Amino acid sequence: MNTPKELLYSKSHEWVAFSGDTAKVGLTDFAQNALGGLVFVNLPEVGDEVEKGKACADVESVKAVSDVYCPVSGEVTAINEDLLDQPELINQSPYEAWLFEVGSISDKEELLDAAAYEAFCAEEE
Amino acid sequence: MELIFERSREGRGCAILPGLDVPAAELPEALRRGRKLHLPQIAEVDISRHYTALMKRTHGVNDGFYPLGSCTMKYNPKINDEMAGLPGFSKIHPLQPAHTVQGCLKALCMAEELLCEITGMDGMTFQPAAGAHGEFTGLMLIQAYHESRGDRKRTKIIVPDAAHGTNPASASMVGYEVVSIPSNSEGCVDLEKLRAAVGEDTAGLMLTNPNTVGIFDKNILEITRIIHDAGGLNYYDGANLNAVMGMVRPGDMGFDVIHLNLHKTFSTPHGGGGPGSGPVGCKELLKPFLPVFHQVREGDSCQFDTPAQSIGSVKAFYGNFLVVLRALTYVLTLGAEGIPEASANAVLNANYLMHELAGLYEMAYDGPCMHEFVMSLSKLKKENGVSAMDIAKSLLDHGIHPPTMYFPLIVEEALMVEPTETESKETLDQAAAVFRSIYETALSDPQSLHEAPVRTPIRRPDELGAARNPKLRYQFTE
Amino acid sequence: MGSYVPSTRQERAQMLQKIGADSIDALFANVPAGMKLKALHIPQGKSELEVSELVSSLAAENRVFPVIFRGAGAYNHYIPSIVKSVTSKEEFVTAYTPYQAEISQGILQSIFEYQTMICELTGMDVSNASVYDGASAAAEAVAMCRDRRRGRVLVSAAAHPMVIRTIQTYCHAAHVEVEIVPMKDGVTDKDALVSMLDAKAACFYLQQPNYLGQFEDADALGELVHSAGAKYVMGVNPIACAMVKTPAESGADIAVGEGQPLGMPLSFGGPYLGFMACTSAMMRKLPGRIVGETTDSEGNRAFVLTLQAREQHIRREKASSNVCSNQALCALTASAYMTAMGAQGMQQVAELCYSKAHYAAAELGKISGFELAYTGPFFHEFVTGCPGDPQALLSRLEGEGILGGYPVEGGILWCVTEMNTKAQIDRLVSVIQEVRATWN
Repeated sequence: MNTPKELLYSKSHEWVAFSGDTAKVGLTDFAQNALGGLVFVNLPEVGDEVEKGKACADVESVKAVSDVYCPVSGEVTAINEDLLDQPELINQSPYEAWLFEVGSISDKEELLDAAAYEAFCAEEE
Repeated sequence: MELIFERSREGRGCAILPGLDVPAAELPEALRRGRKLHLPQIAEVDISRHYTALMKRTHGVNDGFYPLGSCTMKYNPKINDEMAGLPGFSKIHPLQPAHTVQGCLKALCMAEELLCEITGMDGMTFQPAAGAHGEFTGLMLIQAYHESRGDRKRTKIIVPDAAHGTNPASASMVGYEVVSIPSNSEGCVDLEKLRAAVGEDTAGLMLTNPNTVGIFDKNILEITRIIHDAGGLNYYDGANLNAVMGMVRPGDMGFDVIHLNLHKTFSTPHGGGGPGSGPVGCKELLKPFLPVFHQVREGDSCQFDTPAQSIGSVKAFYGNFLVVLRALTYVLTLGAEGIPEASANAVLNANYLMHELAGLYEMAYDGPCMHEFVMSLSKLKKENGVSAMDIAKSLLDHGIHPPTMYFPLIVEEALMVEPTETESKETLDQAAAVFRSIYETALSDPQSLHEAPVRTPIRRPDELGAARNPKLRYQFTE
Repeated sequence: MGSYVPSTRQERAQMLQKIGADSIDALFANVPAGMKLKALHIPQGKSELEVSELVSSLAAENRVFPVIFRGAGAYNHYIPSIVKSVTSKEEFVTAYTPYQAEISQGILQSIFEYQTMICELTGMDVSNASVYDGASAAAEAVAMCRDRRRGRVLVSAAAHPMVIRTIQTYCHAAHVEVEIVPMKDGVTDKDALVSMLDAKAACFYLQQPNYLGQFEDADALGELVHSAGAKYVMGVNPIACAMVKTPAESGADIAVGEGQPLGMPLSFGGPYLGFMACTSAMMRKLPGRIVGETTDSEGNRAFVLTLQAREQHIRREKASSNVCSNQALCALTASAYMTAMGAQGMQQVAELCYSKAHYAAAELGKISGFELAYTGPFFHEFVTGCPGDPQALLSRLEGEGILGGYPVEGGILWCVTEMNTKAQIDRLVSVIQEVRATWN
């Protein structure tokens, strides 16, 4: 399992990359592996208010749909439109395939570092 | 196999219609279709062969055992189809004057009276075209009832986590918030959790009994009472009525509104996914809200009536009439003694097959089942890597339609088996032998099951590719 | 015997013995004792012969009209023999939803072919595997357009009243009020539509040709709808589609309709067929089953149910529609019909309907008071005036074995199809002339 050190992680298996006062959010390698081949993503719209811990996107595999929970509160400033045509990018390179970017961050969940997240995943398995 | 479009040859066709016997009228240019219409050009003999080839690549109830849990794939008696095909029904325009359609109206009245007696309801609409359509209609009755009393705080519908997916989806369509309550270790409603979930905001409960794991919830009266005490109404999902019809009635269990799946319990054919029929029955208190076109008797004749506070219409006209007619034919055939005989044997067959498999296969719940039972393949999956899907696919090679897979969601690696009453003991014995031999193969040669099926028209399809690159129609080259 | 249960008393005893149960009753132990039904108060079962006689006697209480000039949502068309032969094949009749693709290729392929034909007929990009009927298809289409930004639903007053009612019922469930765009001269009032469109309008539903048979100015209405940023939903007659501008050509985002004219008998209103097709952009919002082409593990062509994550069995309370079953056998009927007719045959039906309706309208128009109520172009239905009691006229026609037009506000709505010969039309006209003479 790939768990880059420079990222932070939620217990619902999203990764967060902070940069200044914005954060990009994606799905972890553990998550994409558990979900299997993805076929579609439903992303929020730019300008949407998002709240930490609340579902704001979902990803579809052949026979399942899973919510993506936003690890931070703020406003969506960008979405990764490439994923709308190529959801398989999440399977291929989960840490490049960010889903959306949040700005004006007002709050965030308690996030794990790479080591803590790996330990958390080991427990879940 | 070739698509019908690939069989097309320029210049071929069938001579169906005569020429014009009145002066030709010209459609104004601005209204004329510009786009070329591609339809097959094909002689009748090749149409016949094309569909016969497709027929041979289709598994129906007449082909063999079809124990698809929760779908009640019983035999479809042929007299039902013959009756539905009578010109006195099939050639009747829905907007004919009432005095020219008394036979149709009487059929609807008779079906209502018989099915109300079987379910313990007071009135029934035949407008809904399918089970999910019935759920939507029934929930609208509940909504209209609360609204008529000025009770607008009831915003929640309680649905057990084992419920059919249509239940929460229907509740959402009616604007209700869905409160999912977990089942207890016996697969039944957890009374404590139910008590904790109800309140002033409870509009109602959706439940099927026997439930989706094939167990009759013995606390049913307590369950429906909890909802009634909170001011809510009880909705019965009739998908599993085949277990209890003629034995016990949803109306006597405390349910206020119910849908039936005539294409399950009442033997009308499924048609490859429809047309079905999902009539909704209700107690007296909900009758004023039934959809328009409610059939009523007036003296010796019948007519349609619009209930005073009708919710409106969920489709055009009066429902899938010819399907209702098939079900009526079936109920008339079975009658007072045949209806409970059917459910008794559905339950006997399920228990017998469960007993025959229980030594090898792990049952999700203990004790006798009703008309269906759920097995869990999770142990086999863990130990030998053989999944419920592998077992199902292997059954295809033996000419048996697999049980429902991966449902209910509360059982891991679930296979849900519903043999129905119309299967003989030897069919069940043969199926049990097949299940056993597949289990032995799972232990000795798991790889061969991952590759199953091998004797079907196609092997396992690439569903991921289909969903990632949707190809949903044939593309013509010009 | 009468319950289609094959097992004998002896076999049941063997089975019970193996299970270790004393009686079948013991298997119902969970049912509270007081709740068990003592007796079912319905008639005793009957033999097949008796049932056949009973149900046939009901059929005999209905009147089959040899001549029909009534449509209003259900249309009398010729059904080729091959269609009936295809749709009565037991495998198609008795199978369930094609969950197991390996043994359901026949049904899956037939649905794929159906989807292709519906796309061809309407010009749209994507079709689903069908829904219950034209009215519920319209209601589902409206639901596809609503979102949290745009919630207003506009429907033409010239649509079929039952379709309007169904859209209203579905919308009421979702706490949305349907706004009716009024009619002027038998078609949708454009000025009224303009005044009602705004940034909150989700969609406008138009029926083409409309309930009164009139062709709407569908292109212009579509432009108005799109310029307000709303979605354009068209309800169309599938026979008319063969000769008239397709909904795609008129700019529709979603095309729906009642598929009954495509080979389904009148059947007192059902089962019929709701077809639904949309642009690629709206594909993911399309409810119901959809079949896609793929390959199997050996590279052979294969068909599967696809895009399933849209559906209720996966999304549960988050699904936008609860549609589960479709009308597969009716979809098969429609594709067998379109195959038997071919493009030429479909155009021929449309032309026969069109020319015969225009002949009938012209002949009726020669009778004083039976002139056309509206002057616009029409397809195979039209409204004439009726300068007397329509019921009296229709009763007289009934006596002649003719199911006359349907009474509507301002007159009678007539429908003429390829089933009506010139001789029938002339007979209709002469009976009406006779009745008219008594009204002077």
